[in-house]
Amino acid sequence: MVIEVHDLVKQFNGTTAVDRLSFTAQRGEILGLLGPNGAGKTTAIQMLLGIIEPTAGNIRVFGQDIATHRQAILQRLNFSSAYVSLPQNLPVIDNLRVFAGIYGVANWREKAMELLRLFEIDRFATRKTGQLSSGESTRLHLCKALLNDPELLLLDEPTASLDPDIADKVRKLLRRIQRERGITVLYTSHNMREIEEICDRVIFLHHGRKMAEGPPKEVIAQFNQQSLEQVFIRIVRDGELEVTKDNNHG
Amino acid sequence: MSFRRITALLLRYLLLYRQSWTRIMEIFFWPVMDLLVWGFLTAYLLQVGSSRVPTLITFLIGSMIFWDLLYRAQQSVTISFLEDVWARNLLNIFVAPVTIGEFLTATFALGVIKVLINGLVLAALAWLLYAFDIFQLGFTLIPFVLSLMLMGWAMGMVTVALIMRWGHAAEALAWGIPFLVQPLSAVFYPVSVLPVWLQPIAWALPSTYVFEGMRQVLATGHAPWHMFWWSFGLNLVYLIASGFFFHHIFALVRRKGLLAKLGME
Repeated sequence: MVIEVHDLVKQFNGTTAVDRLSFTAQRGEILGLLGPNGAGKTTAIQMLLGIIEPTAGNIRVFGQDIATHRQAILQRLNFSSAYVSLPQNLPVIDNLRVFAGIYGVANWREKAMELLRLFEIDRFATRKTGQLSSGESTRLHLCKALLNDPELLLLDEPTASLDPDIADKVRKLLRRIQRERGITVLYTSHNMREIEEICDRVIFLHHGRKMAEGPPKEVIAQFNQQSLEQVFIRIVRDGELEVTKDNNHG
Repeated sequence: MSFRRITALLLRYLLLYRQSWTRIMEIFFWPVMDLLVWGFLTAYLLQVGSSRVPTLITFLIGSMIFWDLLYRAQQSVTISFLEDVWARNLLNIFVAPVTIGEFLTATFALGVIKVLINGLVLAALAWLLYAFDIFQLGFTLIPFVLSLMLMGWAMGMVTVALIMRWGHAAEALAWGIPFLVQPLSAVFYPVSVLPVWLQPIAWALPSTYVFEGMRQVLATGHAPWHMFWWSFGLNLVYLIASGFFFHHIFALVRRKGLLAKLGME
């Protein structure tokens, strides 16, 4: 098992962002974390990365506890998010050089160029990162995320700022790389079609709670809906009702 | 601690300078402006004439150079951190296998490089413009500069911790904190000028011993080593205390999710 999350809780000033969340992810699996804004997806990912400390529960990655083996775990995974950037005033190749140094990548230039070629942005190697378009910049972030040949990739809305054409290309490429290398991917997105296309299994979160879990087709059938988007809407609306009821009873 | 990761982080900050003339100019601009203002002021005082004025000139120019070295050491820590906040690169760094110790060591190393470059440029300019030879202090200069750097690092750690805790609202502290200690550090005047009740506070700062010591060297030609040892000892205390403070705040921001917030805003 690559990820084992057990009874994870995170509270901020009395507000519960993640509520007794448990899940696992197997080697080579793409697991989608879904939910509306504020559902707890990003908080859960940040706890997996060890930059937010859980209030309760435990997280094991590669069989090791993140609380006690953070450095060793981080060496074997990587992260990309639409909300994080690389220094805009550095050339593309220099950004990859710095992170290759941090991750201890041997033959960094060859590795960086190989990834830039794979994502078809090698012609921008010497261009300043700030001069890249959103699509090129996202592809550069993915190059950075693959520099250390991660066994686990945490992608927080990686295609959020992309047009449908580029988003489609990025997804297909990611899927190909993931299959070839057997990488485990934890993927968050608001784009339900994207999730249906790319994920082997999904977990729906709402108000920090797990509302549904399973392969996309099974979850769709379980809720008697036609698509994940409809499941999403139903879970969010029913979830709101449930929370309102809970609050009234409380 | 990994030397490889420290050099990679240091490279990240140094590469910024290769890309930008304005950043390179920023290293020199303020120190050179300070040197010109203070230098010409003292030259004017010399014209006015007084038997003590030549000594004053050396005091002021020496103080200005030393103060700038302290300031640059603090800035190397705080501005490096802020560079990653502004670039929204902070999470990329902190989700990589980088320890806090490695991150801080890289910023300290950047401080050493900046202080060396700055010190040499200012010393050369002071010699060219005012015939002030800072090397008249001889090898005594080196431990005193080292002591100032240690204090700059301690102040840098405290500043970064406060920025992590209070976010963008606290960014101004990066420039403000050194000026909080300046009036008490007896940079441009002796401690005896301060009100009596402030003097114990001044003597609790490592920088005070450096500036007082520097003035004694210039006035008498003899290095007051006890001043250096007091400064060095206090710096060790301040470094350890600021290290604990940083560690405590880092744990707090991880609990409150503030580092993630700062990295994504």
